[in-house]
Amino acid sequence: MTAVTDSPLTLRQVEEFLYREARYADEHDYDAWEALWTDDALYWVPAGDATSDPATSMSIIHDNRNRISTRLNQLRTGKRYSQSPPSNLRRILSNIEILGVAGGDTEVGANFVLVESTSRGMETWAGRTTYRLRVVDGEVRLAYKKVLLVNRDQPIRTMAFLI
Amino acid sequence: MTTTVPDSARATSRPDYAALIEPSRVHGSLYTDPRVFADELERIWYRSWVFVGHESEVPESGDYVRKSIGPQDIIMTRGRDGDVHLVFNRCAHRGNLVCEDARGNANAFRCPYHGWTYRNTGELLGYPYNKGYGGKGNLDLSLGRVPRVDSYRGFVFASLAEDGPTLAEHLGAAAGEIDRLARLSPEGRIDLGAGWLQHRTRANWKLLAENETDGYHPQFVHSSIFSVTGSPIGPLYSDNSTAVTRDLGNGHSENDLRPEFRRHGETLRWFGTSESRVPNYVARMREAYGEAAEDILVEGAPHVMIFPNLFIAEIQVFVIQPLSVDECVQHSTAVQLGGAEELNSRMVSQSIGSVGPAGMLLADDTEMYERNQRGLEMRQPEWLDIRRGMHREALDEDGYRTGAATDETGIRGFWTHYRRLMEVDT
Repeated sequence: MTAVTDSPLTLRQVEEFLYREARYADEHDYDAWEALWTDDALYWVPAGDATSDPATSMSIIHDNRNRISTRLNQLRTGKRYSQSPPSNLRRILSNIEILGVAGGDTEVGANFVLVESTSRGMETWAGRTTYRLRVVDGEVRLAYKKVLLVNRDQPIRTMAFLI
Repeated sequence: MTTTVPDSARATSRPDYAALIEPSRVHGSLYTDPRVFADELERIWYRSWVFVGHESEVPESGDYVRKSIGPQDIIMTRGRDGDVHLVFNRCAHRGNLVCEDARGNANAFRCPYHGWTYRNTGELLGYPYNKGYGGKGNLDLSLGRVPRVDSYRGFVFASLAEDGPTLAEHLGAAAGEIDRLARLSPEGRIDLGAGWLQHRTRANWKLLAENETDGYHPQFVHSSIFSVTGSPIGPLYSDNSTAVTRDLGNGHSENDLRPEFRRHGETLRWFGTSESRVPNYVARMREAYGEAAEDILVEGAPHVMIFPNLFIAEIQVFVIQPLSVDECVQHSTAVQLGGAEELNSRMVSQSIGSVGPAGMLLADDTEMYERNQRGLEMRQPEWLDIRRGMHREALDEDGYRTGAATDETGIRGFWTHYRRLMEVDT
């Protein structure tokens, strides 16, 4: 990874992208959210030990681009009952930092707090997200999103929305 | 006046299970009454055989992992003797937890409160400033030990009763289903070391246990994922399916999918793949099992609920952990098979997609459990109907009650055994 100053993106551009991605997820705008991803995308929510190998250990989510599509298509049926009706969501992103550049992708870290409301109550989710952003044809795109929940080593509630 | 509790008082302190469990219906209070849950702890969870963990989770001497029996915090350890031990996570001095880490390797546990140490088999090794107790080795204390621990093909079970049926007697026909799973390994070896997802669920544990072999719900609850993936699972649980639901006795039940897979006669169809994708695995299976390999590869993995808390769902294993009358945790992991590397990574990947809090199958089952629990709080009608398929059940050649793929035969078997355990006087 090279120095932060080598990033093709300014911190302001990064923030604008992350806020937009968060808004699409909060508002269940599946088409807009899906369009952010690159073809080699990875959407990963580890469970338990954050250093474990996702090929040999269980994760909460470990979606390549195909499985992101499957997940969104299931939501689009309206019969994904764990999100039908959808949760009411709002998340706050903070501590946004450009961590470096690797292979042309800008690696970004941020913390989040997300409040979910459903008919059975309110749930608070929090954690640390690592993003890899790539400029493709002049547009910022998302190549990688890894979400480390603070309570990933504990029993957690259903999380069928986009975290 | 006598000192005996009158019948009327007893009736208010303990539910009358014979009156709440009928052959074709069960009463809603069984899922919502905290007294029922308290009885279940004493009569089922702290007495009957309960699945705790798998030997592959503690492969080396000194390995330990924290497990549970219902709300009880249990440490599963591998002793220097090579055996697996189960001890309660509670210091004999003041009752503190002696182990806070989820897993690790240690030959002794040291209570952080006053420094008492215990061997990983439970034996008290020492206590600081021992003159306060008149010297070393003066205390006849230890960690609580689970009275009966036994395992079958590495699946470790516990019974908190000093005596009762043996594990082999409890498992009965369900042992053959674990055998079927092990036979899918060319080495006959199951490994459950891929880590557990933990899914907190606002529902009574019995809703989960009943659902595991309910072949009626998949076409409805899971239609969203079946429709977008073109999954062949749906037809296995339809009116036209030749699969059967079987009451295996002792509360165990299965969806036996073999008739469908035999009808197609394709190896690895059960896993949604073909021989060309996993050639080394297929070669090793033929080497290990000879001609028998064809049937094993066609028939696939079992779908069996082992009373009260172990569910083997083909390539996943679930453990149901009750916490209270309306709260439980589902633990789930991918089956890993010794000598089947080509399958193992696929099983992890498929399991991540299907199970756990974000799983494309289990999140929706869990949504049903939670809505079901809420629905059961309604006052009318008071009963749940479990009669589906009663008129078309038959005994198979081994004497097990068998119904159609979508019938509630397994659910009725669960309640028959449940009632037997709950009516026993303590």
